Amino acid sequence: MSAKKSLMGRFRESDFLYDFKRSPVTVVSFVIVVMLILLAVFADLVAPTNPFDAGSLNLMNGFTPPMQPNAFTGETFYLGTDDQGRDLLSAIIFGLRVSLFVGLTAVILAMVLGVSLGLIAGYRGGWVDSLIMRAADIQVTFPSILIAMLIFGIARGLLPPHMRDELAITVLIIAIGLSEWVPFARTVRGTTMVEKEKEYVQAARLIGLGSGQIMVRHILPNVLSPVLVIATITLALAIIAEATLSFLGVGAPPTEPSLGTLIRIGQDFLFSGEWWILLFPAATLLALALSVNLLGDWLRDILNPRLK
Amino acid sequence: MLLIILRRLGQSVFVLFLVAFVSFMMFRYVGNPVDNLLGQEATVEQREALIEALGLNDPLHTQYLGFVTRALQFDFGNSYRGAQPVADMILERLPATLELALVSALFAMLFGVIAGVYTAIFRNGFSAHLIMSTSLIGVSLPTFLIGVLLIWLFAVELGWLPSFGRGETVQIGFWSTSLLTVSGLKSMVLPAITLGLYQMTLIMRLVRAEMLEILRQDFIRFARARGLPERVVYFGHALKNTLVPVITVAGLQLGSIVAFAIITETVFQWPGVGLMFINAVFFVDIPVMSAYLLLVGTLFVVINLIVDLLYLAIDPRIRDSQLKRQST
Repeated sequence: MSAKKSLMGRFRESDFLYDFKRSPVTVVSFVIVVMLILLAVFADLVAPTNPFDAGSLNLMNGFTPPMQPNAFTGETFYLGTDDQGRDLLSAIIFGLRVSLFVGLTAVILAMVLGVSLGLIAGYRGGWVDSLIMRAADIQVTFPSILIAMLIFGIARGLLPPHMRDELAITVLIIAIGLSEWVPFARTVRGTTMVEKEKEYVQAARLIGLGSGQIMVRHILPNVLSPVLVIATITLALAIIAEATLSFLGVGAPPTEPSLGTLIRIGQDFLFSGEWWILLFPAATLLALALSVNLLGDWLRDILNPRLK
Repeated sequence: MLLIILRRLGQSVFVLFLVAFVSFMMFRYVGNPVDNLLGQEATVEQREALIEALGLNDPLHTQYLGFVTRALQFDFGNSYRGAQPVADMILERLPATLELALVSALFAMLFGVIAGVYTAIFRNGFSAHLIMSTSLIGVSLPTFLIGVLLIWLFAVELGWLPSFGRGETVQIGFWSTSLLTVSGLKSMVLPAITLGLYQMTLIMRLVRAEMLEILRQDFIRFARARGLPERVVYFGHALKNTLVPVITVAGLQLGSIVAFAIITETVFQWPGVGLMFINAVFFVDIPVMSAYLLLVGTLFVVINLIVDLLYLAIDPRIRDSQLKRQST
């Protein structure tokens, strides 16, 4: 392979792209994820109405079934409306934005925390390593959803009541982020322990670089590919965790509904026959979680041929 | 060997103390016990008196020891809402959660093993493929969504089963059971499936993988050569040898069944400790949260300890590696 070729050219000839094209399931999941992300990012432009704007709601439009004109106002909604006459399609698009935002930032938080702790544990060794890894051992004894609930509950207790709804999203991100750092730390620690014995690290140490610089500039780039795999799989977990917490009523507040909150609202109307309020948000969540999961599985197989 | 067991025990006790410390810190600092007991209009003198009476001026380690001692006597203080003793609330609701966990674990075990054996024996059949691919979707579905979809199908559309609550219960001593009434059993079906589905797919995949591995081995071929009927080969020889890893995984999963019971209980409004915990988080009822943490923490530590000790007893290789690490 000649070094002169452009980055794009190299990408076009890579095994990575070849493998990607050969797996139709992966291509479909990738397209779904990209579409959902675009929808979430451009929610203001794409959504027919703004579901947070109370002025645009018309109570007469409540409980309109999908694709049928409302009996009073004659308006038609693609996916119907909820009890307050809110257009469900818009609510889902904006809910998708909340779900993806919480999921992505929580994963970034978990990644930064886990990778730093893993680097330090692997590079320093000794009692620092024991301390960090023991903490990780204790934390994985408990399911992460339980830990997230607990952190959420403690944070609610510490915050004054009027700030609880305002800061709910931030608290949610911290709770999920803190509950998912262990896999990152374990993997990075393992790779770091291998990498730090290699010659390039010894050379860097010989020319007098500080350990911080060696960790970040020299070791970190070499431990990143497993981190990418874990991040994708954790993203699916974080999205599901967020939806679960919001569904249970201890997550996103009703003023900023995520997909989980929408499903919670929809459950109330299941018995009176308004199935669309529940099923459309549920289907969106399922499509998102399943596609991210499949992408993660595929990435793991590609970047880690040994695990195949 | 004794040394390893003692060390493992010591580790568990340490984790228990850590869990107790976290719940103590929550109890003591997150919620303000004085404000919650007295309300806003109390005078300074009343506050001082209560602080003294509760021992909140004592040194921290004395307070911590007091907290642990009281917890060991099953005294977790009173709930902020309703001022009921937390211990009573837990005792009242524990049977509901334990029955649900037990039934769903049995469901997962029974159907997981049956489906696993079936898909291993007919591994190229159409229905085996169908079961395997459906299980993949089942794993990706969040628990609460499974519950909601089951309610939609079986309670709303078909109207076969109740969608919430425990049905009628029968009181046996302090234990209230819903397993002895028809409405109780009917109410159990959907929550038990919701809670056990994930474990079932896990056990099914494990049994299938282990069976495929074992069916290739010589003693199976020998058993067939002896002219034993297929039924005996599959169940007497092959399945028996898959059970050790299956039981370990099932044991480890007991802990997560308790954790996921929180979700299932909320979906079905099942009056157990999980629903109590979620309500406590929602209303910031700190004593209930802290007691729940202590209870579930202890449960997890004990389960892990038992599994680890069983490993030591069963597998000599683990024992040896531990001994080696000790000598270096």
